[in-house]
Amino acid sequence: MTMFKEGRPTAPQAVAQEHMSPATVTGNRALMLEEPLIFEIGSPATTGVDFAEAPKIASRLGNLARQDAIGLPGLSEQETVRHYTRLSRQNYAIDLGLFPLGSCTMKHNPRLNEKVARMAGFADLHPLQPQSTTQGALAVIHELAQWLTTLTGMHSVAMSPKAGAHGELCGLLCIRAALEARGDARSVVLVPESAHGTNPATAAFCGYKVEDIPATPDGRVDLEALKTRLGPDVAAVMITNPNTCGLFERDMKTISDAVHAVGAFVYCDGANFNAIVGRVRPGDLGVDAMHINLHKTFSTPHGGGGPGSGPVVLSEALAPFAPLPFVEKQGDRFVLVEEETVEDHHGDSFGRMVAFHGQMGMFTRALAYILSHGADGLRQVSGDAVLNANYILRSLADVLDAPFGQSGPCMHEALFSDKGLAEGFTTLDIAKGLIDEGFHPMTMYFPLVVHGAMLIEPTETESKAALDQFVMALRSLAGRAKAGDEALKGAPYHAPRRRLDETLAARKPVLVWNESDLAQAAE
Amino acid sequence: MRYLPLTDSDRQEMLSVIGAASVDDLFVDVPVEARLSGAIAGLPDHASEMAVERHMAKLARQNLSAGEAPFFLGAGAYRHHVPASVDHLIQRGEFLTAYTPYQPEIAQGTLQVLFEFQTQVARLLGCDVANASMYDGSTACWEAIGMARRITRRGKALLSSGLHPHYVSVAQTMAKFTGDVLVHETPRLDAATDVDALIAAIDKDTSCVVVQYPDILGRIADLALLAHAAHEAGALLVAVVTEPLALGAIAAPGHMGADIVVGEGQSLGVGLQFGGPYLGLFGCKQKYVRQMPGRLCGETMDAAGQRGFVLTLSTREQHIRREKATSNICTNSGLCALAFSIHMTLLGEKGLRELAMLNHGLAVQAADRLAQVPGIKLLNNAFFNEFTLVLSRDARDIVRNLADKGVLGGVSLGRLFPDAPGIGNGLVVAVTEMVTTQDVETLARALEEELA
Repeated sequence: MTMFKEGRPTAPQAVAQEHMSPATVTGNRALMLEEPLIFEIGSPATTGVDFAEAPKIASRLGNLARQDAIGLPGLSEQETVRHYTRLSRQNYAIDLGLFPLGSCTMKHNPRLNEKVARMAGFADLHPLQPQSTTQGALAVIHELAQWLTTLTGMHSVAMSPKAGAHGELCGLLCIRAALEARGDARSVVLVPESAHGTNPATAAFCGYKVEDIPATPDGRVDLEALKTRLGPDVAAVMITNPNTCGLFERDMKTISDAVHAVGAFVYCDGANFNAIVGRVRPGDLGVDAMHINLHKTFSTPHGGGGPGSGPVVLSEALAPFAPLPFVEKQGDRFVLVEEETVEDHHGDSFGRMVAFHGQMGMFTRALAYILSHGADGLRQVSGDAVLNANYILRSLADVLDAPFGQSGPCMHEALFSDKGLAEGFTTLDIAKGLIDEGFHPMTMYFPLVVHGAMLIEPTETESKAALDQFVMALRSLAGRAKAGDEALKGAPYHAPRRRLDETLAARKPVLVWNESDLAQAAE
Repeated sequence: MRYLPLTDSDRQEMLSVIGAASVDDLFVDVPVEARLSGAIAGLPDHASEMAVERHMAKLARQNLSAGEAPFFLGAGAYRHHVPASVDHLIQRGEFLTAYTPYQPEIAQGTLQVLFEFQTQVARLLGCDVANASMYDGSTACWEAIGMARRITRRGKALLSSGLHPHYVSVAQTMAKFTGDVLVHETPRLDAATDVDALIAAIDKDTSCVVVQYPDILGRIADLALLAHAAHEAGALLVAVVTEPLALGAIAAPGHMGADIVVGEGQSLGVGLQFGGPYLGLFGCKQKYVRQMPGRLCGETMDAAGQRGFVLTLSTREQHIRREKATSNICTNSGLCALAFSIHMTLLGEKGLRELAMLNHGLAVQAADRLAQVPGIKLLNNAFFNEFTLVLSRDARDIVRNLADKGVLGGVSLGRLFPDAPGIGNGLVVAVTEMVTTQDVETLARALEEELA
């Protein structure tokens, strides 16, 4: 045995197999640290913030002073930093690796964008300041709006919607307002089966009856069936293009013409705009309204589930109905058009959707991203996104069923099904196996038109080496699922948690911490 | 291009695997006439990090940021000090660049934060449960009205005249399409809130009464009688809180009988950001949880018996229920919820109460000083950190003139309620811990000059 001074071993010693993964008394596993809830470690008397003493005054709280203990534990700054740092390490993230969630466009989030959003001139600005003191912020909104309308070939853009689904709502409300303005009440919105769930939910919210549009066997809208259904009761057709099967709707212009011919409008779900940005303008295809997820195509961070931002580009026919407020350039000044000034020249606006002007913090990030890429770079973005997806499609097509593999090149995402897996093995098993291999799983069980769907969107910000390693992992997992490797059903083994019981969570929901739960657990 | 890792030789190699001659060939399904042959004309090409930063910094400098001036704006967005550790922690890539926690085994960080957030919010609002957040206060308020309609199966909501006018606007916009009837008047310059008028207006068709606390003029009133009257008539009480810090000083609406309490969470951890992204808070009584919109995180066990967290009750949501969902909402405001939660954890009960009383104390001192200015009357008897001054002339011009002198002196009621008669002389002034005695003195002197 090699020994260093004071008896310290300098090379590992052999241990028996059964000792390779021993339990620890803390539950920690080296760098993977278990972290209790703040309610278990904090105390109401502890604080991580110091304040000047409050002035001695007679309070004027109208006899409403809060008497009860609120029940909010505090932590010192050190404990706070450690609590959230430890929790953060239980998350997968783009910063760690490939995050191929189809239709989510999990691309790299440049840090310049974070720096820009935090400039005091943007971050420390109140939405109701006099407009003479916010000209630079209004200029950012205006400049981003110009990029969005130019890239989409559309007439104008409503910037205030807070997220993609909120943008859908904005678009459909514009459509409904336009129809009502011409005294044309219509009752139906047509939505393909492959659409995001938000599409039918939004249409229903706006008071429309939702009807499915059938698909052709090659995964696209059935043009003839659509034409047959179109009539004077149809308000709009909502189409995702590229669609959620990862395919471009070749007949988009023909569809738009047919929809317009019956006096209806075309809503395009722009969730997948990343595939065509800089190469195709939806305006050229007859689209009347389309939301743009700035958190997808234009790289603003997803933040563990928002905030998003969903500006909606509009055709000339819908522009007069856009929501308040919006920014206009009048001479060399930028003006925020609100309720007060709207009567002059925007009296048809359908109203206000949010308290203030939209997601300014996302506008600054998106504009920094767009300026970084420029027109040439954005064209390269869609090119590389589509190239990466096709590389995945062709590298896996011999081991996983690609239901639309013969329907031409895919766009930004590749779709597979669970066909051919051994009896009892599912898409979920492959997804959980990917976790053990160090990847975030793909979108699973969506779109609904494919059994056990696996929708893979690598995005343009992945290197070939990263894609090759992902392909290697997925080929291995496909092989195991086809061969009936039972171990796969227990995956993940190496994540912070094993598979979680969602049925238990929903049957008896525990949505907030209760001290009594701790007492019960101790019994 | 610094964000794109593929090299030209990678691209060639990959194209040969695919069996395509060029990247353009992958776009074969796009009709030729719709394909652009090159970069879109009239737009600049790519730029260096330094160039972009310089351009954005130039635009940033064209604004008068709050920190550069004596600053007194509130009316739904409040300027508080955000501890440095909050912004540091939310920028950890594992939080910043994660997606919605649909794969819970590798999203326990986000999920545990949401569970803690839901508990903090529920306790602050005095509710049994809270969701994982909404877009902002105004959309949360509208969602609450819709939820009350579903629960009571009635379509008439009474909106207090003290509700933020933008929240009213959002609700009115949506109601045009859903058919809800909204009863609303603009406020009067009165020291008392409209609680009594609301109680008198409740009838058997009323789904809910929506009341802001503290209200848009900074007034506060006990909601217990209003809650009682609503419940007697089979209606719900929806309380709206745009300054959640107030609940460190005054009784929680849930404890006064509110069935649904919504709010704007921006004032803790998030910052002003020119109006967004912000953070909608949403709490309610346990019995209504299945009618709640938005994401919910719940506790469960994993296959090895360890505690863990998942998104739950998703059968309410659009991705499962599609056109039958309780709302079309898809995202929450995750990163803002994280910032809020971290700030709340740093404060704890002790810090929250201290900060609240510091705000109240400074506001009382400022109100008394400003009320000494000739031509100014203080409207409120009771308030938290925001109050209304009644000036001897229209406040809109005065606010603009103050801005020209480098003082951001509050929000005029003329801006908030452009059509309302008789309240144009009102100026809403917020005083937080960020305001110094010197700032108050500067504002008082500037107002003196204006009103002289």
